[in-house]
Amino acid sequence: MSANLLEVESLGKRFGGFIALDGIDLAVAAGERVGLIGPNGSGKSTLVNCLCGALGNYTGAVRFDGRNIGGLSAHQRTRLGMARSFQLPRPFASMTVADNIRVPLVYAVAARSGVHMTNEQIVTRSAEMLALVGLADKARQFPRDLTQVEMRKLELARAMAAEPKLLIADEAMAGLSHSEVEDIVALLIRLNQRGITVILIEHIMRAVMTFSQRLVVLVSGKKIADGKPDEVIRNQEVERAYLGQ
Amino acid sequence: MRSGIFFLVAVVVAAIVFGCALAINNDYVFFAGYTVLQFIVLATAWNILGGYTGYVNFGSAAFFALGAYSSVFMHKFYPMPIPVLIVIAAVISGLVGLGMGYLTLRLRGAFFAIATLALAVVLQTLIVNWNYVGGSRGAYVVRPATVAFLGNYVHYLFLLMLGLAVIALTVARTIEHSSLGYGFATIRDDELAAEASGVPTLRLKLIATTISGALMGMAGAPFPYYIGYLQPSSAFGLEYAVNSIAMPIIGGTATWLGPLIGAIVLGSLQQYITVTISSSVNVLIVGLLLVIFVVIAPNGIVGLVQSILRRRRYERKPA
Ligand SMILES: Nc1ncnc2c1ncn2[C@@H]1O[C@H](COP(=O)(O)OP(=O)(O)OP(=O)(O)O)[C@@H](O)[C@H]1O
Ligand SMILES: [Mg+2]
Repeated sequence: MSANLLEVESLGKRFGGFIALDGIDLAVAAGERVGLIGPNGSGKSTLVNCLCGALGNYTGAVRFDGRNIGGLSAHQRTRLGMARSFQLPRPFASMTVADNIRVPLVYAVAARSGVHMTNEQIVTRSAEMLALVGLADKARQFPRDLTQVEMRKLELARAMAAEPKLLIADEAMAGLSHSEVEDIVALLIRLNQRGITVILIEHIMRAVMTFSQRLVVLVSGKKIADGKPDEVIRNQEVERAYLGQ
Repeated sequence: MRSGIFFLVAVVVAAIVFGCALAINNDYVFFAGYTVLQFIVLATAWNILGGYTGYVNFGSAAFFALGAYSSVFMHKFYPMPIPVLIVIAAVISGLVGLGMGYLTLRLRGAFFAIATLALAVVLQTLIVNWNYVGGSRGAYVVRPATVAFLGNYVHYLFLLMLGLAVIALTVARTIEHSSLGYGFATIRDDELAAEASGVPTLRLKLIATTISGALMGMAGAPFPYYIGYLQPSSAFGLEYAVNSIAMPIIGGTATWLGPLIGAIVLGSLQQYITVTISSSVNVLIVGLLLVIFVVIAPNGIVGLVQSILRRRRYERKPA
């Protein structure tokens, strides 16, 4: 029995003839904060999609919390304790911002524990989640009234609302101001201190370096580095990959 | 709890409707009213799948016919009171709805709609070639002239359909206000995001196809007794497929009120046209109205009224 929350073994994914992921091995310990970086199109989001079950037909094995989750659908993985935000926000357009948060509360948290949540509990909880990302005053608006930045915050709040063991944030901070990035990084670190394992995919290096205890680098579907952040960014192969783009 | 109150209110409204119809004391009112009520049930049933989850079913006529033909079958095999036939029809068409859901689970948008159309064609072919229920010739279902308590049999059929409308509307509204309703809406909005939030989208889709199918079959169950002579072409009529889509869309698909209003407005209009012009223009007019609404008021009558009210409120409160 290992202490790893997530274990990925030679994960491969192809789209037609194009190899998007090639033999990815990755282990994430419970409670860890991992940064995942790589140039555009290197396969980061594809990796998230495979881990969370949004994409099927991948090769290799994914173990989560001690069990093989290969055959599980996306919602089952969410209920097991994996949650992700989408790089391009995908809000529920016909629902208010508060109701967007209601969905994971009912369908992930309550469904997982089997304990019914009253409407009051749901309203309180979704208000808390929105307050965490600074959307408290937008609760009754619709996603179409939000800015792109606010939509990203909603993405993050909805993923956090599922009360995951592992939270994967796929570029939650693009477009955010300097201070907002700091707020979100601080928030993610706070969540992590409460015991949630976090994988952060981000192009903003300042955020990645502040956040990560470990850094993983993907280039063209291959993992080329994995280790202490300051060592990884001095790695020649990593430097070449970033200068080459 | 609130569903219980809604149900009681609906029952009271239904009782008032029945009382008014009795007071008018004209058999035509009951005949025409039956058809309008039947469309309320069909439109509400269609909306549970089409409006709430966003999966467009072109095969409503098949589910309606399934209900009608299950009654024809039972009428020959082992006659039973219509309320029992309604339950049998609900079970059969609910199961077919479930089956349709299974077969089409991975289909989206136009492909799902085409598959439901195909299902209707397959079912109609089966019925046309099944002699026991009359085949292509059709089947006579002799309706008794009277019934216990009410007397007039047409009043009885009207009352049954009124009851079905109450049930259908209560089911729809209950779903809307429950977690199931939120789950359905996430499917309509974004299935990938729904799954990521823990929504079991496949299971919810099956629940929607089953409930929707069952209610449509229930609407069809008393039909042979209403019409007296059931032919495949009347049970699988184009007007059922078209109306059960057009009525919710014209009324508004977001809530239970839309299909109700759409069915009352379009249903009454068609009864009027049938009497004054001819029933053959009905589908044409409904088609035209559908196009107009889709282009000008995609949220239907309910959406139109809501946006007018919102504008009024806005104008009264100058910024
Ligand atoms: N559904 C798909 N079908 C075909 N190709 C795809 C699909 N999804 C991703 N790809 C391709 O796979 C590669 C990896 O894409 P991915 O989105 O995982 O990159 P990324 O590392 O997340 O990039 P970015 O930093 O821009 O978000 C890209 O070349 C992309 O075009
Ligand atoms: Mg990406």
